[in-house]
Amino acid sequence: MIHNGRLFALILATIAVLFALQFALSDYLVLAATRILIMAVFAMGYNMLMGYAGLLSLGHAMFFGAGLYAAGLSSYYWGSSLPVSFLIGILASAAFSFVIGLLALRTTGVSFMIVTLMFAQAAYLATLYFSRITGGDQGLTLPTDARSFSLLGHQMDMTSDPVRFNLALAIFALVLVFMFFVTQGPLGRLFAAVRENEPRTRMLGFDTYRVRLAAFTISGTVSGLAGALYGLVFGYIGSAFAGFHYSIEALLFTLVGGPGTLLGPLLGTTVMTMLIDRLSGLTTAYLMIVGVILILVNRWFPKGILGTIRERALPWLK
Amino acid sequence: MAEVTLLETRGLCRQFDALKAVDEVDFRLREGEIRAIIGPNGAGKSTFVSLLSGRIPPSAGQVIFAGQDVSRLPAHRRVRLGIAYTFQITNIYPSLTVLENIEIAAQSRLKPHLFGGAGEAEIRAAATEAAEAVGLGARLASVAGALAYGHQRLLEVAMGLALKPRLLILDEPTQGLSDGEIANFIEVVRRVNREATVLVIEHNMDVVLALADRITVLERGRLLAEGTPEEITANAAVQAAYLGEPA
Ligand SMILES: Nc1ncnc2c1ncn2[C@@H]1O[C@H](COP(=O)(O)OP(=O)(O)OP(=O)(O)O)[C@@H](O)[C@H]1O
Ligand SMILES: [Mg+2]
Repeated sequence: MIHNGRLFALILATIAVLFALQFALSDYLVLAATRILIMAVFAMGYNMLMGYAGLLSLGHAMFFGAGLYAAGLSSYYWGSSLPVSFLIGILASAAFSFVIGLLALRTTGVSFMIVTLMFAQAAYLATLYFSRITGGDQGLTLPTDARSFSLLGHQMDMTSDPVRFNLALAIFALVLVFMFFVTQGPLGRLFAAVRENEPRTRMLGFDTYRVRLAAFTISGTVSGLAGALYGLVFGYIGSAFAGFHYSIEALLFTLVGGPGTLLGPLLGTTVMTMLIDRLSGLTTAYLMIVGVILILVNRWFPKGILGTIRERALPWLK
Repeated sequence: MAEVTLLETRGLCRQFDALKAVDEVDFRLREGEIRAIIGPNGAGKSTFVSLLSGRIPPSAGQVIFAGQDVSRLPAHRRVRLGIAYTFQITNIYPSLTVLENIEIAAQSRLKPHLFGGAGEAEIRAAATEAAEAVGLGARLASVAGALAYGHQRLLEVAMGLALKPRLLILDEPTQGLSDGEIANFIEVVRRVNREATVLVIEHNMDVVLALADRITVLERGRLLAEGTPEEITANAAVQAAYLGEPA
């Protein structure tokens, strides 16, 4: 049953507009949009935990990296087909985030931020330590036969921009619809409940540790799915993707777009990616400008772009 | 009517450092009754009911609910067994609407597990019904944090009702309510009592006398007296400890 009909309509309209973009944009921008879509999936995963369940992680690059490496390495070493590698990436990040969640969720607040950061740093260092397998900093480029797969008889070529864009869009759309049903239904209600008042939720009969573990695992799995997609679509895996920088990007995109809104991550990823792109052409100190923007957004729009709109005008924009 | 014990405590204790907030309390609650707990400020009433609900662990002693020793069960498991607890200090979801607040409680009863259970329409209907029962039916879409204090108290009670518990524990539910709201509240509790046992901590003696079948008096963590309203109002020790005190 569809609960928040207006939001669902907006989601479908957004997907339709995104599909139409490829007929309007230059090749370069289609490529940029492909990257934005995949990073938006990562931010949507992050948003599930941070925006909906209210837990701020500083280590989500470890899940992006888990998906990226599980998918990429299985393709590189075992020569598994792209769909199989993709599935391996999703399953590995699901298992990984479940286990990390079991441990990290024993803490909350600042300790939780530190614990997730520590796990992520350990994971990052592991990708460097095992560089004989992972390629470390240099990374690994996937071989040519891992750059295409056949889907219902069609050959899908991962070096073709339109194919990559439409594949990324299809998966983005599936994740978005999945997110809609999770967040707008009974499970999403429990996420909001633990975010707003965890002790009260326990006194209403819920095992809040399990609720948080569910949010954590879904969040990590979706982030890992994004990593797997990224590695397979662009044919390259490297330890930078598991680095702190990526954890901060997920946080930044979510904050700017609007934590706890379904379309916030897409908007935040788009705005910030384009901004960083422009700024880095102008000055090498672009990260400082990004920092200033972040402070300003936080000062005047602490709920992000869509969160602010929700508060002032459209309460259904969740 | 057969006397069925719904809840019993044996030697229940809770210490905060040197302070014995609850001290060796043996207590019995009959299924179907309305029991009031009274006692001076700091007597240990809230601590006592928190031990029943599992919100805080006991230092010693047992809690037996419906024949089962629940002393070691975490609070959320006791809620699922049928012990609902409403807080003395209003404890709601301030940024959610009235309906959303109660839906969380309704979901706990109607859809206790992630898979299976009732659908959204049923959860919403149950939440609406609980809101109407306490007189919040016209305020379903209001943001809970923006409600007047008295209405927040009623919301707290509605969340307890939506759980449809076997035992409803209310900690000073009428604090901050207007006279009209108190009259309505007394009606609500009587109605709830047709299906549930009620344990209510209450300072307002008019409410106590209007509702209670029996009264338990706590003082300094100990059980001072227990009896019918007539017995308690006539009890000299109670008058010295509590009723004689200027409010
Ligand atoms: N978490 C705690 N830590 C330390 N002391 C506590 C704690 N909770 C309660 N106390 C103390 O235990 C005693 C009993 O408190 P409790 O809240 O149970 O009393 P009460 O009978 O509910 O009082 P009131 O009528 O004011 O609500 C008080 O002296 C109180 O200060
Ligand atoms: Mg109290």
